[in-house]
This record gives sequence, C-alpha cells and structure tokens, in this order.
Amino acid sequence: MIKFFLMVNKQGQTRLSKYYEHVEINKRTLLETEVIKSCLSRSNEQCSFIEYKDFKLIYRQYAALFIVVGVNDTENEMAIYEFIHNFVEVLDDYFSRVSELDVSFFSAVNQVFHSTWQRTGWS
Amino acid sequence: MRSGGLLPRMVASSSSLKLQDLIQEIREAKTQAQEREVIQKECAHIRASFRDGDPLHRHRQLAKLLYVHLLGYPAHFGQMECLKLIASPRFTDKRVGYLGAMLLLDERQDAHLLITNSIKNDLSQGIQAVQGLALCTLSATGSAEMCRDLATEVEKLLLQPSAYVRKKAVLTAVHMIRKVPELSDIFLPPCAQLLHDDHHGILLGTTTLITELCERSPAALKHFRKMVPQLVHILRTLVTTGYSKEHSISGVSDPFLQVQILRLLRILGRNHEESSETMNDLLAQVATNTDTSRNAGNAVLFETVLTIMDIRSAAGLRVLAVNILGRFLLNTDRNIRYVALTSLLRLVQSDHSAVQRHRPTVVECLWEPDGSLSRRALELSLALVNSSNVQAMTQELQGFLESCPPDLQADCASGILLAAERFAPTKRWHIDTTLRVLTTAGTHVRDDAVANLTQLIGGAQELHAYSVRRLYSALAEDISQQPLVQVATWCIGEYGDLLLEGSCEETEPLQVEEEEVLALLERVLQSHMSLPATRGYALTALVKLSTRLRGDNKSCLDVELQQRAVEYNTLFRKYDHMRAAILEKIPLVERGGSQVDEEAKESKETAQLSEAAPVPTEPQASKLLDLLDLLDGPSGDAQHPPPLDPTPGGALIHLLNLPCAPPPPAPIPNLKVFEREGLQLDLSFVRPPGTPTLLLITVTATNTSGGDVTHFICQAAVPKSFQLQLQAPSGDTVPAQGGLPMTQLLRILNPKKAPLRLKLRLTYNHFGQSVQEIFEVNNLPVEAWQ
Repeated sequence: MIKFFLMVNKQGQTRLSKYYEHVEINKRTLLETEVIKSCLSRSNEQCSFIEYKDFKLIYRQYAALFIVVGVNDTENEMAIYEFIHNFVEVLDDYFSRVSELDVSFFSAVNQVFHSTWQRTGWS
Repeated sequence: MRSGGLLPRMVASSSSLKLQDLIQEIREAKTQAQEREVIQKECAHIRASFRDGDPLHRHRQLAKLLYVHLLGYPAHFGQMECLKLIASPRFTDKRVGYLGAMLLLDERQDAHLLITNSIKNDLSQGIQAVQGLALCTLSATGSAEMCRDLATEVEKLLLQPSAYVRKKAVLTAVHMIRKVPELSDIFLPPCAQLLHDDHHGILLGTTTLITELCERSPAALKHFRKMVPQLVHILRTLVTTGYSKEHSISGVSDPFLQVQILRLLRILGRNHEESSETMNDLLAQVATNTDTSRNAGNAVLFETVLTIMDIRSAAGLRVLAVNILGRFLLNTDRNIRYVALTSLLRLVQSDHSAVQRHRPTVVECLWEPDGSLSRRALELSLALVNSSNVQAMTQELQGFLESCPPDLQADCASGILLAAERFAPTKRWHIDTTLRVLTTAGTHVRDDAVANLTQLIGGAQELHAYSVRRLYSALAEDISQQPLVQVATWCIGEYGDLLLEGSCEETEPLQVEEEEVLALLERVLQSHMSLPATRGYALTALVKLSTRLRGDNKSCLDVELQQRAVEYNTLFRKYDHMRAAILEKIPLVERGGSQVDEEAKESKETAQLSEAAPVPTEPQASKLLDLLDLLDGPSGDAQHPPPLDPTPGGALIHLLNLPCAPPPPAPIPNLKVFEREGLQLDLSFVRPPGTPTLLLITVTATNTSGGDVTHFICQAAVPKSFQLQLQAPSGDTVPAQGGLPMTQLLRILNPKKAPLRLKLRLTYNHFGQSVQEIFEVNNLPVEAWQ
C-alpha cells in the first residue's frame, strides 16, 4: 500500500505531497526533510530502494527533482519504480515538456489530476 | 500595499489575485520570514473575502488557500467554504470545493459529515464529471458512516454505461471495503461482471477490489477461486497481445494490470492445489515470454517469481523461478539485484539446492559498494555454506571481512565462526580460521568466541605446540585486539614450555627466549588498551609460567609476581564481576590440570632455595594450586584438594609470603565467630598495604549438616566512627554436606584507628525453621585495626 507520494527538490522544498494516511502537519515537514536527506546521500551506484523506519522508500531523480514514494512491504518495488516513471511521462504529455516550474505553479491542478490517476490500482 | 523587496505589481486588489500570481510572489520571497509574511497577508485577505461572502471569486480564494496549505501552513478556516462551493451548481466551484474537501476535510474534522448530503445529490445527478468528482472525494476521505450511507448509490454506479464512472465507482468501492468490511456483501456480486470489462482501468480496479475482499473474508476467497480461469484468460491475452498503443509500456502490455492480476492469483492459489494447477502453465508462459530488457518487464517477472514461490507450484516451476532470480543477480542494474537477493533469502530455506547453483554470483555481490546489497549478500552467503564448500566460502568471507564496513564486520565475523564450528574439516583448519578472524576483526566478535577457541585448543592435544607458536607470533605483532590477546595469553600461560622448546614441525622454527615471553606479557599488562579481563588473563599466564619456567630468572619473576599480586588483589576488589567470569570458564582438560600439579611440585623446590622467614612450603604450594584453580575454574581433576578456599584475599596473602620478597604484612589469622547445628561462620581479615585505614573482612559460611541453609542474610553493625560497606553476598543458600560456602565481603574504614567492634545479625532457614541470631564478635585480632 502506498503511504505517501512526494516531489521534493534538491534544496528540500516540497513541490507536491500527497499522504494516504493521516500524518500531522508538523510531522509531515519532518518526514519530508528526513526522506530527502536519505535520498540525497545516495550515490549513483546505489539502488533506488531504501529502508526507512517501517516503510520502504522508492525514489527516482529527474534533474533536480526527486520523486519519492513510501510503501509498506507488500508492494512490488519495481512496479512502483515503473509507476513513477509512468506518472512523469503523463505529466510530460500534459504540460508538453514538463519542468519543476510547471509542477510548482500548477500544483492545484496537479492535485486533482494526481488523485484521479493515483486511484488506478494503488490505494 | 506591498512590503519592500517585492516587484511592483499592477493588480486591482489582492483579493482577486490569481493563484499564479500568488505563487510567483511566494517564490520571489528570499527568506522563510518573507515567505511567511506574504502568506499571512494573503490569508488575512482570504479570510476577509470569505466573511464577505463573495460567490464569484470564492473558488479562486480557496485555490490559493489550498496552495498555501500544500506548503504546510494552517488552512482550517477554509472548511466551511468548501462546503459552500460543493453545494454550488457551477462546475468550477464544485471542482475546487471537492479538492478542498479532500485536503482539508478529513475524518477528524467536525464538518466532515456535512458533505454527505452533497455527495449523495451529486452521485445521482447523472453528469459524469460531477459524479466523478464526488466519487473521487468519497474514495479519498470517506468515513465509515459515510460509506455505509452511500454504499448502495455506489453499487448502482458500478453498472453504469459510462466507463469513466464505472472506474471511479470501483475505486470508491475499494475504499469502502477497507473502511467497512461488512459491505462486502454488497460489492461481491458485481465483480464477476466487471471482470469481463474491456477497459483496463476497470479491470485494475476490480482486481484490487477482489484482492481486498479476499484478504478480509475466507468466504469471499472461496467464491473468487471460481474466477481463476477468467483471470488466467485476461493475463494470457495481455501477455500474448502484440503492441497495443494504449497500454504498452516499454514493450510490455499494461504491466500494472499484469502485476495486480499476478498478486491476486497468488492469494487465490495459496494452499489450494486446484487453482495452483490451473495457473502453472500461465506462469511459465509469462516467465518465458516477458521482455526483460527494461524495468517494466522485470517488474512483471519479479511478481511472477513471488507468485510461484507462494502457491503450490510444480517443482520445475520453482526451479525456473530460482533461475530467473539468478539471472537477475547477473544484471547490472542494482535495483534488480536488490530484489533478487531479498527473494533468494526467502527461498533459501525451502529450495536450498536450487539456490546453491547461484552461489558464485551471490559471493560476487558481497563486493557491492551499496550497503544494503552487501548486507543481503552476506546473509545469503552465510546461509549457503555447507560442508562441501565451507573452505572456499570461508576464504571468500574472510577476504570480505578485511575490507567490509564496520557495521557488517560483527555479523560477518560471527557468521564465519559459526560456519567454521559446524563444518570444520580438521581441527587445525578450524583453529587457523578462528585465529584469522580474530586478527582481522577481533573487536567485533561475540564474547563466547574466546571461550570457544580456548576450549578448542585445549581439546586438540596434538596441536598445542602449533597453536601456541602461532598465537605468540600474532600477539607479538599486535596487542590491541582484545579477544586475540586473551586467547594468546591464556595459551602462552598454558603451554609456555612448548613455546620455549623451539622445534615444531608444523610451523617454521621460532626461537623464543623466556625474557621475550615475559616482556610481552608485561606489555599486555601495562597497555592502556587492555581490558580488565585481559589483564586478568595476562596475570594468570604469568603465574602459570612461574611454575613452569626453569632457570634463575625465578627471583625477578617472584618480585614481579608479588607486585602483580597486589595489583591483582585490588583488581579483584574492584572488578568482582570479572572474578565471576573467570570462575565460570570452561574447565581445563585433565591433562592441563595435571600439568599444573607437576609444575607446582617444581616450584616447591625452587622456593626452598631462597632464604626467608621459615614459612611452610606445603601450604604455599597448595595455596598456589588453589589460586590457579580459582582462576582456571572448577577442574574435573580429582587430585585437587577440596574444598576450595574462596577468599582470594586469603590466598593472595600467602602468595605475598613467597620467600625473597620485601617483608610483606603479616597475615591476620582467621576467626571462627559462630557455630550452630553444622552452620559455621568464619571471618578472615585483609589489610591492604596501600590503605592503612581500610580493613576487608570476608565472612564465610559453611554448612556441614544434612540440611540446606536457605534465605541466608548476614548484616553487620560497627561503632559510629567507622564506615561500613556491605557488598553483595555470593548467594543466599549454603548447601548441605560441605557444599560450596557462601561468602560476603565487608569493607570497614577506620580513620581514627579505634579498636574495632563488630556486631553481626544472621537470619536464615534451616531444617524448616527460621533462625535469627544477633551477637557481638569477640576476640577480634589486634592487627585488624592497629
């Protein structure tokens, strides 16, 4: 089950966050900083799956933007990895060559879009 | 009015600021404080606008508020606005309203239930987009009551003609099942029909719905087993279809649906022969047909492997699964290796031989720079060690041990030692391996490694000379690894004579002089890196050597010993726990014990050579023996005189009496203070030379009667000018028939050197009666306080 979906840039600013379980607002920022810290400290040679507390983090880097998905252990990590890429491809089509700027500006639209798409299969 | 630092902007009023402009402003803020300022200002405007109730721009305000919420600022005052917007007939309003509801109105808010009615109305309206919005919100934040209320509505929508609505309805159903499992009766019947749908989104949703239903109720599980053929058919179509523009990802047709179906098949086939059989062919087909050059294909393959592992599959299929995992291991992509290693770890118990074939690849993965991969590779390698490959594997693992990061070293070291213990072909190889591990990673091994090694060496008679030589050279190089030092000093102490002999056919000849050995032991003692336990070992070794070495170094050895013995004394006081640890050491093999005996007799003669006060040598030798016994633990050798005198203070006092010494303090005689029905209490006194005001009394309770003495408590009282400290007794039971006596240590500080008076109070159970005795100790020797 997906627990959360984050798009965070290298400076630690959250561009998009969606939580599928209730997390307090102040805990969210903490979670996001920790997660981005562990992702930033990985080198190119390491694999994209990290064990963090009781989730697994699956992350993908696109230029300066990290997309991180937190799941529990019933998920197929590689399928999620593929899903992240699929999502980026859809965004790319929608915004025609999407960039971080698009993501931050159209975040509200992004939300709607995201929540409908997200509901396919993974909840 | 804008605060300074922002670009001047031509806007009519901030209340009609568009979302994009707000975002622009926020991005331009250079510091956190500035951003907060901008946002607070904007929130104030938004609040004012909400109060005014401007319907035209409400949605814009709410959109801005939502963005602000996304950044982490509180936005609860927008909740009522969401409700208003949802109720409005305009689609733009509804859209933002529902979005706001999803973000702001989760279950914990009071206003949550108020949207139920709006949702109900929207669901029955018939406009797809609106229905879609309502369903979406319901599936995101529906509470249990809401779900119960609206379940029937959603069920109706499941069979609507519009695929868009059907899809959303299915997803909402999934959410509802999660919240309220009892609703499964409502959602069970439509599933069969939904599975025949063409639209992949619906199929995906239905599969998830069925998965949820099966996980929550065994009855549903049975019901859905009938659908296995249908699922198999769907999957087969997916796999065998050629390129389909709508669904293809990197050459694989809708991998997400495939994965989901495989997962459902796994649940349905678990522990069920018939379903598993139906799936066998399909799984083989998927495994062979999927294109593995891209991640999507690998994801499907991985899920297939997981399914094969879980259901009752044919043996051939399992081997296929393991081979696929092996292929994954060879892949350069680290993600794939990671999942492969994790899965193999799960498989190694059940399909051991199949996994063995991939052993070389697994061993290669040990050298991965990625920590999580090398850890898994290590676990897997350790699980794969068996009697035929133990030597090669240990070689590899030791190489790894030398270069691996510290957090893995402990696991690796203990793993190697465990494997060596189970599968060692020869004792010599075992000793070699353990030695190598200790040299490389000595600080990380478990505590019983030392004990195991000493037992091993002790047990292998023919290898004594060999081991002592090797340990000596290892020690000479490096005295920082504590376990190694401990074992080496023990060994040198035990077999020092073999070391000095000079010849041994298994290693190169090593000429070692006595002084070298002693110098080495001295270094160990004085090194600040040595733990108290290590110093204990070194002292023991010195003492043992003193009985074994011949020659005229005897005198200086004795001087050294006495200095050391005082140190030893204080050590024992300070580190009582160490004493217990040393006492519990594995008993020496008999041969070792008898060696001690022989050498002790030798020491008797050398003791007579030197001038001194006439001290009887017999009790000395026996005390020496006792000391050695004390340190080596209860030995099985019957030659040793029973019972052991457990007071190290007493024995060491006599050790201090060895001839040709600087005049030692005269020993204070023991005192028997209490005797009743076989229970006897003795006091022995020690005045440590360094502290003239300190007196250490050891209370010893012995029981020669036929019944045990239990719940024994001894308390003491002294005059006010004294300071008394009672240390913990060795136990509270004194076994009958001369069993192990109980001891307790009393520390008395006597700064004024006043005459000592001592009162003792005893409580215990003996022969079924509880006894209490209070008495004053008379006839305390004068030397106790002077």
